[in-house]
Amino acid sequence: MSEINSIIKPENLIYKRTEVLSDNDLSYCPGCGHGTVHKLIAEVIEEMDIQDTTIGIAPVGCSVLAYNFLEIDWQQAAHGRAPALATAVKRLMPEKNVFSYQGDGDLAAIGTAETIHACNRGENIVMIFINNGIYGMTGGQMAPTTLPGMAASTCPAGRDVSHDGEPIKISEILAQLPGTCYVTRQSVHTAANVRKTKKALRKAFENQQANKGTSLVEVVSNCNSGWKMTPIKANEWMEENMFPYYPLGDIKSE
Amino acid sequence: MRELKLMKGNEAIAEAAIRAGVDGYFGYPITPQSEVMETLMAEQPWKTTGMVVLQAESEIASINMVYGGAGCGKRVMTSSSSPGMSLMQEGITYLAGAELPCVVVNVVRGGPGLGTIQPAQSDYFQTVKGGGHGDYKLITLAPASVQEMADFVEDAFDLAFKYRNPVMILSDGVIGQMMEKVELKEFKPRWTMEHIEENYPWATTGKKKDRAKNIITSVQLEASVQEAFNHKLQAKYKAVEENEVLFEEVMCDDAEYLIVAYGSSARICQKSVEIAREKGIKVGMLRPITLYPFPTQPIQKYAEKVKGMLSVEMSAGQMVEDVRLAVNGKVPVEHFGRFGGSVHSPGEVVEALEQKLIGG
Repeated sequence: MSEINSIIKPENLIYKRTEVLSDNDLSYCPGCGHGTVHKLIAEVIEEMDIQDTTIGIAPVGCSVLAYNFLEIDWQQAAHGRAPALATAVKRLMPEKNVFSYQGDGDLAAIGTAETIHACNRGENIVMIFINNGIYGMTGGQMAPTTLPGMAASTCPAGRDVSHDGEPIKISEILAQLPGTCYVTRQSVHTAANVRKTKKALRKAFENQQANKGTSLVEVVSNCNSGWKMTPIKANEWMEENMFPYYPLGDIKSE
Repeated sequence: MRELKLMKGNEAIAEAAIRAGVDGYFGYPITPQSEVMETLMAEQPWKTTGMVVLQAESEIASINMVYGGAGCGKRVMTSSSSPGMSLMQEGITYLAGAELPCVVVNVVRGGPGLGTIQPAQSDYFQTVKGGGHGDYKLITLAPASVQEMADFVEDAFDLAFKYRNPVMILSDGVIGQMMEKVELKEFKPRWTMEHIEENYPWATTGKKKDRAKNIITSVQLEASVQEAFNHKLQAKYKAVEENEVLFEEVMCDDAEYLIVAYGSSARICQKSVEIAREKGIKVGMLRPITLYPFPTQPIQKYAEKVKGMLSVEMSAGQMVEDVRLAVNGKVPVEHFGRFGGSVHSPGEVVEALEQKLIGG
């Protein structure tokens, strides 16, 4: 025991939780990607030293209470409207750093118009998009990104594309717009992917500081409770089924 | 400097906003109020005062941009007309729930549905009885002239920030489109960030080291917390009702009958009062300037003095319900008004007064 205490010294510290992350217990299910992405945003904010100039816009969905977990100023938006809030916050305070944090239902269904037009105007903001192919908070309903054949509580026999349409690849659509400068799709299910996502987030915030336009970071994630799988099984299923439809990597980088 | 100009009501709103040092306007075109944004875009205040003006993709986006701006303690506004205002109701209840100050202008047209582009006053219920979901109130000013369109912009912002509540300027297509002489106020500078941070410490301007983070939200998942918050809102509304009632009385001293009318209908009824008095009918008019808070007590007092009241509105009868609640059965209260885009004449009002209240 005394040997352990002898090595607990500042010079031996190799990892420290960022203080931008709050002490509150996360409200997410174990194995969910939200907590990891929250931590990465918090680390990027700390490393860029922008805690006092960053305003986050929280969505409706599982991350509605995201403001409990990051020690920055936050606004909580109506369902799908985060890009509209972010537009006004950034236009009225151009010197601040502004990001929205949204799920697939929020960004790619009810908020499609706000998403597309904020990107089309090239609003100088960061949009962080968690795509887990399901409505988590309301209990596992079909999302705009639910895969063909994938079961959800409002398509219990699996998504029938002849009835419900194909899942929407919103990031590819947004990459078509001249207003976006950076559109990337990442994941946080392995340590290597976590590092890549953090780099992507950092780049997105740097784009904002360089006034380059809208940066969108999509994170393909699991919803193990909504998918009714163990966290490990959910990550495997994600690799096998989500990644072929939503391939990881940069879609656009200017 | 002060300036005298001949302007449309909609143009006066825009000009007054720039002069009042408003920080942002977010809107979407709809008749009969498009001149508000057109005037702002022509004036280009972002080059002079720094005011942001943005044409949004919808009324839904507009009101949510207002939410974002208001959350930063900025003085922001939007305007629309009835169908657009229906789309904004979600945003308005969120603004009320997050206790955000802002100004919303409704230049009302006839409904329901897409209705007509002609003037109406049929959004009274939507404005003062809710519109969006939940127990909230919208402080509502009803201008009856182009001058009041201009003056109420600053008044509305003062009320909005005093109570941390959205404020509606409930106008209509007559006031929005008609031209009158208007005295414009002097230019005032926009608030500095220091002013905002000192006076509105709740604003999300970036978390300083010496304060806790600011959160603008309307979600309280715990029912007891939500109930307590609702009690706080109700206490605020009670203070609004006690302190902010505004109304005008026209020839009421010896009145045996009372017309209650607001906005453009009140302008018309001023003439009706003259015509009726020439015929020997002792009628006066009470014009609510605030529709919420409603001038309930003044109307109550007149219920002790007059033989009957006529609520004259360009609707099928909406404000008449509030007049009846105030009168509480003491004297007859009738409604008259053209609606669906039609506007009553002064003579029609006098006729209605004779038929519905005086008899024979």
